[in-house]
Amino acid sequence: MKLVIGIVRPERANDVLEALYRAEVRGLSISRVQGHGGELDRVETYRGTTVKMELSEKVRFEIAVSDSFVQPTVDAICEGARTGEVGDGKIFVVPLEQAVRIRTGETDRSAVTPVDGGS
Amino acid sequence: MSASHALSSLGAGDTAWMLVATALVLMMTPALGLFYSGLVRSKNTLNTFMMSVGALGVVTVAWAAVGYSLAFDPGGAFIGGLHFALLRGITFAPRPGTDIPQLLFFAFEATFCIITAALVSGAVVERMRFGPFLIFMVAWSILVYPVLAHWVWGGGWLERHGTLDFAGGVPVEMASGFSAFAAATAVGARKDYGRQALLPHNAVYVLLGAGLLWFGWFGFNGGSGYGTGHPSVLAFVNTLLTPACTLVVWFLLDLLRDRKVTAIGAATAIVVGCVGITPAAGFISPGWAMALGVIAAFPSYAAIVWRPRTRLDETLDVLAAHGLAGLTGIVFIGFFAQRGWNGVANGLAYGHAGQLGWQLAALAGPVYAFVVTFAILRVIGWFMPLRVSSREEALGMDVVQHGEEAYTSGEGAILVTPEGELPREVMVAQP
Repeated sequence: MKLVIGIVRPERANDVLEALYRAEVRGLSISRVQGHGGELDRVETYRGTTVKMELSEKVRFEIAVSDSFVQPTVDAICEGARTGEVGDGKIFVVPLEQAVRIRTGETDRSAVTPVDGGS
Repeated sequence: MSASHALSSLGAGDTAWMLVATALVLMMTPALGLFYSGLVRSKNTLNTFMMSVGALGVVTVAWAAVGYSLAFDPGGAFIGGLHFALLRGITFAPRPGTDIPQLLFFAFEATFCIITAALVSGAVVERMRFGPFLIFMVAWSILVYPVLAHWVWGGGWLERHGTLDFAGGVPVEMASGFSAFAAATAVGARKDYGRQALLPHNAVYVLLGAGLLWFGWFGFNGGSGYGTGHPSVLAFVNTLLTPACTLVVWFLLDLLRDRKVTAIGAATAIVVGCVGITPAAGFISPGWAMALGVIAAFPSYAAIVWRPRTRLDETLDVLAAHGLAGLTGIVFIGFFAQRGWNGVANGLAYGHAGQLGWQLAALAGPVYAFVVTFAILRVIGWFMPLRVSSREEALGMDVVQHGEEAYTSGEGAILVTPEGELPREVMVAQP
């Protein structure tokens, strides 16, 4: 069981969601973050004040998956997020101690395996 | 001073109202910027707003240089002359046919050309480069708007044959709508159009923008009688009644479609109602104005529901909201104009079928607007790219075109000193 963290361009977030959907990866959460990789700084000017924007907007995906889903998840994020330019983001895969589905109290593998919404 | 003698012969009340009406109409352009910027994604907020602000600058200059003259110098049947070019001869002396100074008439009409050019931006937001759009607005406010204004108000062929257009169904509403259609075709769709949901980022801007537009429209229609006479009063009151009816019908259509009344739908309905009454404002009775509000909702609503299913990325539906509602208003006059109310002409329902014929002749206006707009953009496109690259489109127009953001937090912003070097002690802007 792993936690896959993908940090991607905001404008690619929808493509990543589509790719994950196609890979049948369902449970995920996203958040807006700001960060700095190796991208060129943007220069912005507000009246007399000129600034270099060191931080870029990114979207962070967090996806808890069972081991067999790690590679498909990573592949899907790469496929959706890649433009080939500096600033496409990073993926981190970290071990996950425990997962609990709050509704049922199920843990671990069954907690990260989606159930059909209707049942 | 001979000028002050001339002034004393003018209508003080009329002049006072027209001064206020001019300011009201000018306010509609930033209101439109607000309305439009709420409808786009947050990364394009400033660029969208700036397209309207741009019109305040470049269109006013073009209007003073030649636009006003081409529209309102008597000239020929198709286009006016150049006697008023570069503000020549525009003085305190009354504009013929009115008792307000021509100088004020010039300013009032300028505000119409400004907002009309800005309206076209709705077709090309989120991808058209700012520079080419400014050039486009200059060309458009010389080649399209004054020609159509001349046709209906400046002594052109439609006016000579009795076509009625109180406040701009032809030069403003149909012209902007069909020019938007042409512009969307010439510039092409946004890269993600039809592939991703591209949603409005702030519905409150949209509602406030629509509210301010309605407020300004009292000057737009109420001022188009050029004074304080009965036509102005009628137009002013009809500007209240028609949009209210459109709003109610829009609520019902929303309820039928999705069982929910939508806020952005309501804002759209206000604009559609105001557009519908624009050509007819001083020509139809208040009762018929309410009927027009009901009728005008249908074609625009249908077009707004249908258009996103097509490949035409006429992004903010200028064709549906302005082109079609303006068309409805222009044709409506042909049926329900009433001499008892307007003192000018009857429509078909009151015994004058010929009026309808000349209202339909006004459809030459949108055809002209479409063709010339398309041509202008093609010509500009030969000299420079009309749109940003798809990578820049993804980044957002605000950063790419203006080097600013609408919603910057200031986090991670490093101050650059005038010498272009970072200060020794790195200073971080406070949010």
